[in-house]
This record gives sequence, C-alpha cells and structure tokens, in this order.
Amino acid sequence: MKKPITSLLQFTIVCASLALGGCTSTVNEFGESVSNFKLEPWVKPYERSNLADPIMAVGRNPIALTYAKHVHESREGARGASGSAGGGCGCN
Amino acid sequence: MAYVIHSRSLSRHITGKSLFASLMLFIVLWMLTTSAHAAVLPEDRSDVMYHAYSGDGVSIDGPSFLLRKKVGNHVSFSANYYVDTVSGASIDVRATASPYEEQRKETSVGVDYLNEKTLLSSGYTNSSENDFEANSVFVSVKQDFFGDLSTVALNWSKGWDEVGVRGDESFAEEADRQKFGFGWTQVLTKSLIMGFSAEHISDEGYLNNPYRSIRFRDADSDRGFRFTRESYPTTRSSNAYSINANYYLPYRAALYADARVYSDSWGIDANNFKLGYIHPIGGWTIDVFARHYSQESADFYSDLFERENEFNFMARDKEMSSYSGITAGLHVSYEWQFSQTAMFKKSSIHVEYDYMQFDYDNFRDVTVADAAAGEEPLFSFSANVLKIYASIWY
Repeated sequence: MKKPITSLLQFTIVCASLALGGCTSTVNEFGESVSNFKLEPWVKPYERSNLADPIMAVGRNPIALTYAKHVHESREGARGASGSAGGGCGCN
Repeated sequence: MAYVIHSRSLSRHITGKSLFASLMLFIVLWMLTTSAHAAVLPEDRSDVMYHAYSGDGVSIDGPSFLLRKKVGNHVSFSANYYVDTVSGASIDVRATASPYEEQRKETSVGVDYLNEKTLLSSGYTNSSENDFEANSVFVSVKQDFFGDLSTVALNWSKGWDEVGVRGDESFAEEADRQKFGFGWTQVLTKSLIMGFSAEHISDEGYLNNPYRSIRFRDADSDRGFRFTRESYPTTRSSNAYSINANYYLPYRAALYADARVYSDSWGIDANNFKLGYIHPIGGWTIDVFARHYSQESADFYSDLFERENEFNFMARDKEMSSYSGITAGLHVSYEWQFSQTAMFKKSSIHVEYDYMQFDYDNFRDVTVADAAAGEEPLFSFSANVLKIYASIWY
C-alpha cells in the first residue's frame, strides 16, 4: 500500500501538470510551436451582473455569520471548513 | 485505548499536514501559470447586533459590534467586540451542579492588506471568562486569478487556552490549537458560483470541559449510579471538507446550499447539509433555510459506564454522543440606499430567527428520577436563536 504522502505528491504533480494551462503543443508547417489547448475564463466581465448581486454574496453579513458559526460550534462536535474562500465573483 | 487513539491521531495529523503542503505546492504552480486580477478590500461598514439564544434551560444573550474602515487604497482595519451573558443550566449541569451566571467577552482586531492581486489578512482574538481565557492569531492569503473567476485562500491560525474552574483556584490547565485551511471558490456559469473548503485542526493539552461528568454504575448509591469528572485524550486532530454553491435564479432570487463531512481522531464522524432561498422584494430581503446535522459518538463516549475507572478515557458530554439536529431559519431585512457621494452610502436592519431541534441517540435524561439506571428516556431539546442588527456602509 502506498504511503499517503507519496500518493498526495503524485496527485499534486498530476494536478500541477494539468494546471500548466494545456501544455500540450504541436509544431506547425513553419516550424513554430502551437498550443493545442488554452483554458480561458469562460464568463466574461460583462456577463457577471447576476454574480455581482448582493444576494449572491456568501458572507454578506459577517457579524451574523460569525455568530451563527459560534452557535453551531457550541452545540455540535464537528468543527472547521465552515467558510469558503469568498470573492471569486469577478465583479470588480 | 490510549494507544489506538494516539496512533490514529498521529496518522491523521501527518495526512492533514501533507495534504496542506501538497495543496500549497499545487496553488503556487497554478498561480505561476495563470494571469491574475485584482482582489478587493472588504467594504467600510459598521454593524450593531443584539443576539439571544434560549434552549435546554440556558439563556445566552448580549451585544456585538463590528467596525471596518479602509485607510488608503491598500489597507483595511476591523474590530469586533462581542459579549455572551450566560444564565441557567443545561442538562449536563442540571444533573450534577447548580445553575450559574457568567459572562464571556471577546475582542478581535484585524488588518487586511491588498497588493494588486493578493489580499493578505491577519488578526488577533481574545476571549475572556472568569474561568477560561483564550487567545488566538491568524494569517491568511487570498488570491483572485483566471479572469477573477477563481479565488484561492490559505489560512493558518494558532490558539492558546487557559482553563480554570469556578471555586477552585488551584485548577489551572492549558490547551493549544492549530488550524490549517484551504479554500477555492470558482465561478462556473453566469449564475452559479461554487466553493470548496478543507480544514485541519489539531489540539493538544487539557481538552475536557471540567464541568462535565461521566456516570457509572454504583449499586450502593440510591439511583444505581454516580458521577465523576470526565477524562479525555490530550490530543485531537480533525479534518473537515465542505462544498457550497450559490445559484442565481431566472428571476431575481437565489438558491444556496452547502454540505460538510467531518472526522476526527476521537472517532467522531459528522456531516451537515443546508439549503436556502433568498428573495428580494423592493427594499426587503427574505431568506429562508433548513439545515441538518448528524454525528456519530466519540470512541470513548458512553451514557453509563460499568465502573468508575473502566477506561483511560471516558466522556459523557452530550456533544460527544450520537445525535442529529435540524435548524430552520427565517431572516428578514430592509435596506435603504443613499447617494454614493453622501457620507453614508446605505444602511439596513435585520431580524433573523432560527429554530433548532436536537435529538440524541445515546444520551439519556438523568433528571427523570423514577427510571432505572440506563433506562431513562433519550434526551432532546429545542432552542430559539434571535439576531437583531443594524448595518451602515460609509
């Protein structure tokens, strides 16, 4: 059985390779290297009005969010990962 | 039992740290290969809240104040002052002690620094009670990239607790805590945003609640059992993973959901799910949600042990038992918009009510005196949570 750390390292390398932005390439008739694949943002800035609406914001009321988290952590055995990275709406 | 718990703890500890290191490596490689775009500082705002919790014989209420203010274009400061005034006695206390009153005061300060594409945040929190003192610091880094469709966040925090007991000046214990968090938020479509979070937490030190007791059979006592102080392992490590989604509906309203799975070295496995709906009507916003939580008990939990020193570790804290809970919430707010050139840009008032119900699978109500030991009815309770607050943006 593989050690967890070895598996995780392999997973990281595979993910990083994919993240290198479609790094496969071919050589065209002029001898130039041409990328076959390029991952680009698929939601354009002018298409983000829905995402910019305050009702879509996860942490729009931080004072209430903090309190709700406190109540749950006081009554439940589980803890952690109760938030998100935030941001990411691409609205600014 | 001690060996089992410690070996599992070590294994999960290593796995959690390895995962965190691998994710960091992946993120750095990703960021090096993608064009990044500017993050933003949090908005300037102030909030004043009154909160009240009432359930299981306990009432907790108090105020909370939150201030946020930018200084220039790169720095934002925040401060939060929060008070819990606790009175009454929960089932754990009613079984073994007298009702009490106490106050917890929590003060947090933080600073955010924006450097083009990166938001660095740091903060300090102090929580103070007459028998408990907690201090913690955190550092986080958040980066928007991939045309602002993606955000990654890495968080680290460290905490130091000093545990005391009312009426026992000689009791002084300590516990340390460390948290590693990772978050990824991704815009998937024009109307859908999703997030993933992972957090590893490790504790070391005195992790009991010194007021909680286990009960064990004693044929010589009137009711067939007696109580003595709980005994917990001195280490705990946990891993939690969650996903969340916000979906903008074809009309102006949103659905949101989240789910989390959790496991720790004490044997607690838990999960929770939440589904909510937000509907604005003019200046009003109505938010309704339902949340379900369930967990399996810790390896060393029992409602009734056979004898006083049956195991090295023994717990009867109901938060260590198997149980499930639901929360249903109705949140209503009203917002006023002012001129963007005015000193105050907008303000809002909020009234938020949550109903909570918990049903325990292996925690019995020992306050029912006419039942045989171990045959008391299973415990359950409901709670009402109220938040009333006003916010102003400037």
